[in-house]
This record gives sequence, C-alpha cells and structure tokens, in this order.
Amino acid sequence: MRTQQTLVMFAIFVGITLIVTYWASGQSTTRRGFYAANRRIGGLQNGWAIAGEYFSAASFLGITGLIAFYGFDGFMYAVGWLVAYLAVLFLVAEPLRNAGKYTVADLVSFRLRGRGVRATAALSTLAITLFFLIAQMVGVSALAKLLLPQLGDVAAIVAVGVLMLIYVLFGGMLATTWVQIITAALLLSAAVGLSLLVLAHYHFSLGGFLAAASHVRAGDHAVNLLQPGLLFHGAPGAWNLVSLGLALVLGTAGLPHILMRFFTVPSAQAARTSVAWAMVLIGAFYLSTSFMGLGAATIVGKERIGPRMYAGQAIAYIAHHPAQQAALNEQLTKQAYIVPQPDSNLAAPLLAAGLEGSLLTAFVAAVAFATILAVVSGLTLTASSAFAHDIWFSLVRNGRGDETEHLFVARVAAFGVGILAIVLSIALRGFNVAFLVGLAFAVAASANVPVILLALSWRRFSRSGAMIGMLSGLGASLALIAASPVFMGSRASFPLENPGIVSIPIGFVGAIFGTLLWRDRESEQMFDQLQVRANTGLGAEI
Amino acid sequence: MMHHLRTTRWTELAAEPEFRALVRARRWFVTPATFFFIAYYLALPVSVGFWPAVMSRPAWGPLTIAYAFALSQFAMAWLLLALYVRRARKFDLQAARIRKHETRELFDARP
Repeated sequence: MRTQQTLVMFAIFVGITLIVTYWASGQSTTRRGFYAANRRIGGLQNGWAIAGEYFSAASFLGITGLIAFYGFDGFMYAVGWLVAYLAVLFLVAEPLRNAGKYTVADLVSFRLRGRGVRATAALSTLAITLFFLIAQMVGVSALAKLLLPQLGDVAAIVAVGVLMLIYVLFGGMLATTWVQIITAALLLSAAVGLSLLVLAHYHFSLGGFLAAASHVRAGDHAVNLLQPGLLFHGAPGAWNLVSLGLALVLGTAGLPHILMRFFTVPSAQAARTSVAWAMVLIGAFYLSTSFMGLGAATIVGKERIGPRMYAGQAIAYIAHHPAQQAALNEQLTKQAYIVPQPDSNLAAPLLAAGLEGSLLTAFVAAVAFATILAVVSGLTLTASSAFAHDIWFSLVRNGRGDETEHLFVARVAAFGVGILAIVLSIALRGFNVAFLVGLAFAVAASANVPVILLALSWRRFSRSGAMIGMLSGLGASLALIAASPVFMGSRASFPLENPGIVSIPIGFVGAIFGTLLWRDRESEQMFDQLQVRANTGLGAEI
Repeated sequence: MMHHLRTTRWTELAAEPEFRALVRARRWFVTPATFFFIAYYLALPVSVGFWPAVMSRPAWGPLTIAYAFALSQFAMAWLLLALYVRRARKFDLQAARIRKHETRELFDARP
C-alpha cells in the first residue's frame, strides 16, 4: 500500500519534471543554454536551485536519523552545512560569476593560462563530481531497499539514472534548475510540515518538547539527546569533528556543481542574492532536522526506528555482508565512529507514519527519491561541462569547433558519465561507499579552494603553483582516505576519518611552494585584469 | 563590447584610486568576517569534543550549552549574511561608478 502511494507520488513528480524538460529543451540549443540556462535564472530561483542541488537524501533522512539516535552530535553535522555557505558568499560567488564562463577551470585558468592548469582543474572537477555521483547512486539502492522493498535495487538505480539522463540530455541546465527548484520546495515543505506536526504534538510548547527530548527512554534508562558525546567520545572523536568541520566549511566553496550554479544568473549581484536565499532555505531546513529528529526519538521512540543508525550508504554494505556486521560495529565503536545498521535512515518516514499515517510517509519517501534525482542531474551536467568544455574544446580542439560540435560532445559526455555512474553503482551497490562523500569534500577543500583563493588574491601566484597545489591537495586527500579507518578498518595508518585537517594545509603549501619555485611573469601581468573584472564585473560574460 | 578592452587598460584601471578604494573596502569586510566565522564555527567541535562535561550543562531549561551554541551558529550565519548583503550594496555602487566611468572614457576615446 505504502509502496504504491510512494510510486504514484513519485510518478506525479516525474510527470511534472518531464513537462518542464520538454519546455526547456527548446532553450538548450547553444552552449550558453545547455551549461548556463542562458544566464537568465533569477537570484531567488537560483537560491532555491542551490538548495535543491545541496540537499541530498543523506541530509534529509540521514541527519534526521542521526539526531533521532544521537541528538546533539547528529545536529552538529547540520550546523557545518549551513555555515559553509559563508565561505561561498564571501570568497567565491561574485568573482566566479564575474570572471568565469562555464566551469571552475575557467576562473582558475583566467590568469593562469595554459593547458596544464586547465587540465588539472578539470581533473579535480571530474574526480569530485564522480565521487559524489557514485555515492548518491549507490545510495539509491540503499533507499530502495528501505523505502520500496518490493522494487529491486537495480531497477531503482536504472530508473534514477535514465530519468537523470533525460533531464540533462534534453533539458540541459534549465531543466536541471527547475527539477532542483521543485525538489527543494517539496523537501522544505515536507521538513517544515513534519516539524510543525511535531510541535503540534507538544501543543506548541517548546519547553515541553525540549523536556521530552532530554528524557528519551532507551531500554531501562533515559537518555538526554540534548547533550553532546552520544556519538563522538574522547580525543579521536574530537579531532574527527574538527577535521570534518574544516573540510565541510572550506570544501563547499570548492564544490564544482555548486559553483556552476553561479554561471546561470545574469550578474554578480544576482549571484550574491542567490547565496543569500540559499542560506535562508538551507538554514530553515537544517533547523527543522532538529524538530524532525528529536520528534522521531520522542514520539516514535528509538526502539521502533531501529537499534542504531547511520547517515549514509553504509547500510547497504551491512545488508550484503551481515556476517561482518559484529566485527565492523565493534571496530567502529572502539574508534568512536558512527555505527552502521540496517534500519537507520527510516527516522523521517517513521515520524511521518507516527504523526499522520501512510499518505505522509509515502510523500516523505517520494521526496527522498526526488532529492537524489535533483542532485545527480546537477552532478552529471557539471562532469559533462568539465569534459566537453575544458578537456575536449579547450585542450583537444584548441578552442576550435562550432556550436553544433560542442553541444554534441557535451551531450555525449553527459551520456557517458550517466552510463558510467549507473554501471559503477550497480557494481558497487552493497559496498560501503560513504567515504566517497567525505573524500569529495576533502578534495574540494584541499585541491580547489587554495588555488581559487590564491588565484584571486595573490599577484605572484603562478601556473606551477596552481598545478602543484591542485595535485598535492588531490593526492593528499586520496592517499589519506586510502590509509584511514573508513577504508582500511583496523589496519588504518592514518587515525582520522576525514583528511581535511592535514590535506588542506598540504594543498596550500603545495600551491605556495610551486609559486616560489618558478616565477611566472605572464600570470602576474594578468592579475590586474582578473582583479578588475572580479571586483567590478567589467567584461563579464553575459 | 567590453571584451575588446586592451590589456594595458586593465593595468591602468587597477591602479586608479577609485578601484583601489573598492578593493580595500571589500577586503576590510571580507577578511575579518571570514576569519571570524571559521573560528566561531570550529569553536563548536573543539569545545564539544574536548570539554563535553562543561558543554552538557543546562543553558535554558533543559537546553544544554552545546545545543544553544549550535543554534547560535545559525544566528551567526544569518547575521553575517545580512551584514554582508547590506554592505555589498555600497560595493555595487562603487563598482557601477567604475564601470560607468570606464564606458564613458571608451566612448570619448572614439575618433
């Protein structure tokens, strides 16, 4: 019954978005249309779209579940995801819109001309987007298992992959933008609606709600979900939090699929307005995760949601390797990490069931699938632009080639990325790929952010600095994740789950070292032009 | 149209007092604000991670200091956002003046 309701609601969402795609297809006949929606998206619309691009199912179901089980420690994740937008607002949104064209590599190679810099920047964009894409698509199979058990997980992955390809191939950025706007609206109304229902359950008494959250029955004793330390204990937990926080706060400013959204607005002013709206929406959403999570714990009860939970795709791993569950749990608990367990991500749907019954539950489940769809569409488009615009058009064809060829290559690249994501996530389903999200943030923070910041602010910064900086940030993130407990388990030689606290300084040091090594007069001369353009909008792409 | 500005012109423009004032004004806001929000944010995992007992004390009714501090991060983010958006209107005016100035000179320079 619930499965049918979920599928019907999801079908309505798909129907609406396909109509939008059909309408958008007429406007995706040029590069500017395909990558940047003709730069005609308004600031408010782009704010909603950024929110839709940013909210993954992991932040909706995962954070809510984390808060339901670990209270404050789960909520702490949500805080970083909002604060991170201040870095986007202050440091990158406006200069990027003023000096860039379609990709992050455009901004970096604006003054650091040359094939090497552009190729390295495109490589880092492709790495980040593919890590994210695979994590999201593998998440589809985990979600399908939880929410639509009758539907096979392979069928769910293929369905999401095909829909995403339809949006991107036919509707380009305009369709992707509207899919994200619609999803963000659905997600936010689901979150605010559930929060209000939770408050209504406590007769709109905040004190009563908090009192209940501070005495949640768990077995024979009561737990205070408002106090820290339920999830992270001791020094390793603390250092993990700091490292993760650093990667989150800086990494968001280097996420190519978020940055690409700033090319869709007409001006730097509109780029700023869109971050402002995005911050209002994202903040409202993460505030409501507190009500949903604590509400799920107090109203539904921990026992009914499951013994413990985890905010990501780790569940699928356990589902496929039940034999290793005990060993993995023990090892993760010892190191103060989150313990993955099957029933986990169900806190929000169960809260909905506890409050209003099956129709709301079905709505929440359908929204969870829609959020994944919106995120993967943006990621595919970003990967396609890095390949077609940076690698094919700028490096292979040396800037030659007409609009028809370019669009053809962009669509072929999007198709290739989509098929690769479908195949890889079918092959990897059942494996714990949650570390890929942390890796993507670490690469963004360590490879992209130092180079973007130095290119915008340091006159002496050179091409060798940019390349060494990006490669050392990328290499350090990959190596440290490979040596960390999320990948190596108990044989880990690097103690932290997220490499940010080490790899971000390595990225900065690499960029500075490379600059001091070789002087680059040409790039120094271009600094004036970049500075004037980035600050005034003179010569900005229209 | 703007694309055809010669590179020499950019260097002159970058040295103009009007432009230097804009860059300085922007840095005056952005640099301290960035250091502040990173420090304020990192104070949360540091305090909670290393002094969990202190942070577990009640701040308002059953609400702990930790939860209140986490909620204050939302207020901090929105406050800095509002301050920046307000301040940026001035930057926009300065930038618009420079752009207008620049386009007029281009027209004047035409034969």
